[in-house]
Amino acid sequence: MSVTELEFQAQRVESAPEEAIQGRSQWQLTWARLRHDKMAIASIVVILIMTALAILAPVFASLLGHGVYQAFTGKGLSADGLPVAPGAHGFPLGTDYVGRDLLIRILYGARISLFVGITTTALATIAGVAVGLVAGFYGGWVDTVLARFIDAVLAFPFIVLALALAAIYGSSLLIVIGVITFFSWAGISRIVRGQTLSIKEKEYIEAARSLGAGPWRIMFIDILPNLLGPVLVLATLYIPTAIVFEATLSFLGIGIPAPTASWGVILSEAQQFYQTSWWYVVFPAAALLITTLAFNLLGDGIRDAMDPRTERLFAGSTKRRKRRASAPTGPDAAPPAAATAGMGG
Amino acid sequence: MSETLPRDAAAAAIRDPEFEDDVLVRVENLVKHFPIKAGGLISRTVGHVQAVDGVSLTIGRGQTIGLVGETGCGKSTLARCIAGLLPVTSGRVTFEGKNITNLSRRAMRPYRREIQMIFQDPYGSLNPRRRVGAIIGDPFTIHRTATGSERKRAVQELMERVGLNPEHYNRFPAEFSGGQRQRIGVARALALRPKLIICDEPVSALDVSIQAQVLNLLSDLQDDFGLSYLFIAHDLSVVKHVSDAVMVMYLGRTAEQGPGDQVYATPRHPYTVALLSAAPAADPDSAAARQRIILTGDVPSPINPPSGCRFHPRCPKAQELCTQQEPALESKAGDPQDHRTACHFPVEAGENLATAGGRSPR
Repeated sequence: MSVTELEFQAQRVESAPEEAIQGRSQWQLTWARLRHDKMAIASIVVILIMTALAILAPVFASLLGHGVYQAFTGKGLSADGLPVAPGAHGFPLGTDYVGRDLLIRILYGARISLFVGITTTALATIAGVAVGLVAGFYGGWVDTVLARFIDAVLAFPFIVLALALAAIYGSSLLIVIGVITFFSWAGISRIVRGQTLSIKEKEYIEAARSLGAGPWRIMFIDILPNLLGPVLVLATLYIPTAIVFEATLSFLGIGIPAPTASWGVILSEAQQFYQTSWWYVVFPAAALLITTLAFNLLGDGIRDAMDPRTERLFAGSTKRRKRRASAPTGPDAAPPAAATAGMGG
Repeated sequence: MSETLPRDAAAAAIRDPEFEDDVLVRVENLVKHFPIKAGGLISRTVGHVQAVDGVSLTIGRGQTIGLVGETGCGKSTLARCIAGLLPVTSGRVTFEGKNITNLSRRAMRPYRREIQMIFQDPYGSLNPRRRVGAIIGDPFTIHRTATGSERKRAVQELMERVGLNPEHYNRFPAEFSGGQRQRIGVARALALRPKLIICDEPVSALDVSIQAQVLNLLSDLQDDFGLSYLFIAHDLSVVKHVSDAVMVMYLGRTAEQGPGDQVYATPRHPYTVALLSAAPAADPDSAAARQRIILTGDVPSPINPPSGCRFHPRCPKAQELCTQQEPALESKAGDPQDHRTACHFPVEAGENLATAGGRSPR
């Protein structure tokens, strides 16, 4: 999803007229609308299930008696030394190239993906809101410097930086989180800056100033609540981007270092086996696809729910088809058709 | 903020020798120019919007001053300069004899309690994401005058005073009508018990029936709290209804000022006459008897205002002198001292401007 597209979406949220319904806040209204969006609810359920599976990964590991790093060179590999198929020898989703349980690997991979996705998005949102708010509110040279810095970050080739950092410091989780955060905050910042520029000209800001409110009070009490809507939508849409980002880095070998289970790492290892062992590619790719798709659909749902004009949300199915077509996939999403069909609602 | 003017309250508190007890606010020769910047990173000033250009004004205690003029004549800018929301280019604003021109935010703080504003747009002036109780309670929070349940009680008292249901404390602005929202704005302005309330076109966004309610509320509050108002409007009939004195602005300058009945009965400036002739009259007989003067052309650009009298390109009475020499603001044609007009050829009573040999615009 490109930055301009996100900007467009954020604007739509902002320009929405406020609705007048008895005593309910914006959030209550949003939830009331979101509740009727089957797609968004399905996405929330999928995300919750994925989170639960990730948290319970050690439980599954002890139930099956298969550790995440435990290689079953005997029963886990076929006579030719290839991974065994799903169901064989007590491996529900088969094994990987050294005979480790693929299901356990994927569940542990979900921990990394969700952790990286949520942490980097949280950090990027805090940084992006802070920088955008200060730039937009103070204007002048502060804005000029910060806005140019944002442009510079957005123009930077992130793979090159990640490669350079991995080459110097070796790949690690910390570098992955740092790189993803560094390349995510700028997009949020730019949108927050734009919104702040428009909000600070509103009469209620002048009213606050005429009461003697200081700059911090105006930024955090008067402007910030008006930004939370667009920022929430953006953040929801940044989580899948960050998950894909992590998978990309790991796939290229500059992300999470090898023995650790990560979807990108598993897919990277599976490259040589896709002709003989389909499950080795399909299951991690499906996990990646389902998770990112759920977050994207939820983000779309929240955006629609915040827009009081979206009555068509409950009627039309054309929009959903369009959305599904434009939903981003992983860098290597080999079997999208099957997974998407399973998501239909 | 200007560097040449005192920044701290101590220096600002020096008493004005001309201090008079019944004067609340005195504005002297106030100028506000907005620089026009060009260029990107290193910007330079290529011109100035002369929004307010040498305006003087006195607001007495308990008085209502009506400020009228077309859109873009600088009346809102003048109001914001008085309220300390915009830095002043030059000139002086004194409040109860103390110079409050270009004070820092901290030094201005005590005066914020004395000077409050009511805004034009009842929709734009209330934060849509905050509850009404929080909006009206803001003045108490910012000035730390009341907290917790004490603040809630104060807010509910205010809501009751301005005719709102105090039980609507937890509602959002979107759940109120335009007139109710303006009452919320009035309650917020009233919270700190100010001495002056600047009303920036407080009723122009409202329904006519609601306008009267809000105007009556403002006048009741004036009686109860001894408030002074600076009342900005472009509707002369509204201003006539509320004002003790009237000031007519045109393109950043004062065209005419004086006691309300004087200005309405014997307007001297052709611009005032034109404005008055455009105001609708309730009585159809008098409306038919009136001659309407329709001004041609638009208000000239305040970046490059006309020479001499700024009204001359649109004035039906303009002569050579008007294009060269700026008229002084003084009492004309036997008017009392406090009725002053900036015009070389003031209008006489009974004069028919509609047929006067006017110049074509531009």
